[in-house]
Amino acid sequence: MPSDRTQRAPIGLKIAAAAGLLFLHLPILIIFVYAFTTEEKSYVWPPPGFTTQWFAVTWNRPDVWEALTLSVQVAAISTVIALILGTLCAAAISGTSFFGRETISLLVILPIALPGIITGIALRSAFSLAEIPFSFWTIVLGHATFCVVVVYNNAVARFRRTSGSMIEASMDLGADAFQTFRHVILPNIGTALVAGGMLAFALSFDEVIVTTFTAGQQQTLPIWMLEELVRPRQRPVTNVVAMVVVIVTFLPILAAYYLTRDGDQIAGSGK
Amino acid sequence: MTPAVSFTKVSRHFGSVRAVDAVDLDIVEGEFFAMLGPSGSGKTTCLRLIAGFEQPTSGRIEIFGENAVGVPPYRRNVNTVFQDYALFPHLNVADNVAYGLMVKGVGREERSRAADEALALVKLPGYGARKPGQLSGGQRQRVALARALVNKPRVLLLDEPLGALDLKLREQMQEELKSLQKQLGITFVFVTHDQGEALSMADRVAVFNDGRIMQIGSPQEIYRRPATRFVADFVGSSNILPPDFMQRYAGQRRWGSLRPEHIRILAQTAGDGVPARVAALNYLGAGTRVSLDAEGLRLHAVVDSGGALPSPGDDVVLTFNRDHVHVMDEPA
Repeated sequence: MPSDRTQRAPIGLKIAAAAGLLFLHLPILIIFVYAFTTEEKSYVWPPPGFTTQWFAVTWNRPDVWEALTLSVQVAAISTVIALILGTLCAAAISGTSFFGRETISLLVILPIALPGIITGIALRSAFSLAEIPFSFWTIVLGHATFCVVVVYNNAVARFRRTSGSMIEASMDLGADAFQTFRHVILPNIGTALVAGGMLAFALSFDEVIVTTFTAGQQQTLPIWMLEELVRPRQRPVTNVVAMVVVIVTFLPILAAYYLTRDGDQIAGSGK
Repeated sequence: MTPAVSFTKVSRHFGSVRAVDAVDLDIVEGEFFAMLGPSGSGKTTCLRLIAGFEQPTSGRIEIFGENAVGVPPYRRNVNTVFQDYALFPHLNVADNVAYGLMVKGVGREERSRAADEALALVKLPGYGARKPGQLSGGQRQRVALARALVNKPRVLLLDEPLGALDLKLREQMQEELKSLQKQLGITFVFVTHDQGEALSMADRVAVFNDGRIMQIGSPQEIYRRPATRFVADFVGSSNILPPDFMQRYAGQRRWGSLRPEHIRILAQTAGDGVPARVAALNYLGAGTRVSLDAEGLRLHAVVDSGGALPSPGDDVVLTFNRDHVHVMDEPA
């Protein structure tokens, strides 16, 4: 029947879509499979045998733990900085109108549009010019540049949908600025902040380029993996770590997606 | 008696725009006071000055005899019903209504009892558990009213509260607001651009234009004796008579106004009167509005639809009782 034909995609399109999805995700699956291989010097397909010993090996490698700890710390602190600065910036941009507002808005967003390598080089030369030694904090600063943008973008969209008269209503009913923030603003922008924070965390956790320019001797997890690939020693350990990285970054992004998905209704539009 | 709200030479300028310009105003305790004017006339800015969302550029504002300049909104015993209601979407109706009590630290039980009372007052009992998004426009309006009234304000400010409602609901709410105000005895300050609303609800009306008050008075005074051409034109649909016309037909060289219902249209053969030609007829229901060209003016008369009606193009004469002509304060 004709109506059936219009509802169903042609078989060619289905194959193309399946091929596209496979092309995107099959390599990731192969990485996962290599985490269980018995061959440790090189990647051989098909794997000669399967073992779970690499999980134990990885667990007992102190360098993995060091890199993981560093990455989590950097991502956590960058996210906290981004949450504070990004929210304040979004509040200022959306709450008032002043000369150059759009320019400032663009300048805040710019770091995420710039190639990471340019951000990296710029920060590195700025740090050496100011004679700031590379440390944990220089990595955090580098990551904060793009984490702020993610939080800002999420927060500014929500602020724009929160009607200004709601804040006035709160003050009118006797709430001071702090109470208004706690009882009205925070509940309305909360999910946007959680989503922005999770995206920021995920971005920071797998960042390589800016980190190479702003880190000293420390290795974040992605940098550690890059180094491991050059030295073939217990190769499947890298794959085990890769699996962990995928899970650690994928879960917050998924959560962020679900948190902002239903946010289409306009907060505070009373009509 | 100390006025509920008192403005002395209050101005609020935004850059070069004089939103409110040297306004003097006394609102009596317990009255229903309307601020009427076209958009941009300064009436809403005046309301925001009373609420504390705006601070005056100059002048003195007192609320019950106490200086209000520099006092933030949350330290004024004044509450507002916003034009877009501004309900909190994340709170249910009961929590919305109890918000003012919650931030003041009132206990949970007392809060919920007060919220129930306020909801009963606005005829929404049992709606506490719903979210604002589940209510109709008229219901949100009532929640906004309950949320303001639960704080027992001494002055309630209403910013075009009926603007978003359809005609039938609006008329119903007008009556309810009026009786609520009588029942509670609170001073109501009501901003509107609808002259019918202002005249039917208010004890006194202030007519605003260009940041100034043109006239303050009872609805009857405003309607029958407009002080200026602007008031005559904006409130109702008075005919404005220029000084030359007034000199010929009313005996004094001043600006005058004449209500459409006070003009009689006679056949040309009837003799004395203002010669005119009928331009158009508009059927309004009980009455029919006749547009007339006379002496280079466009005049309007309202005649009984049941009587004999002239036709467009007819030459007629107009007569009116000189006592019905109101001479305005405006200089000629």
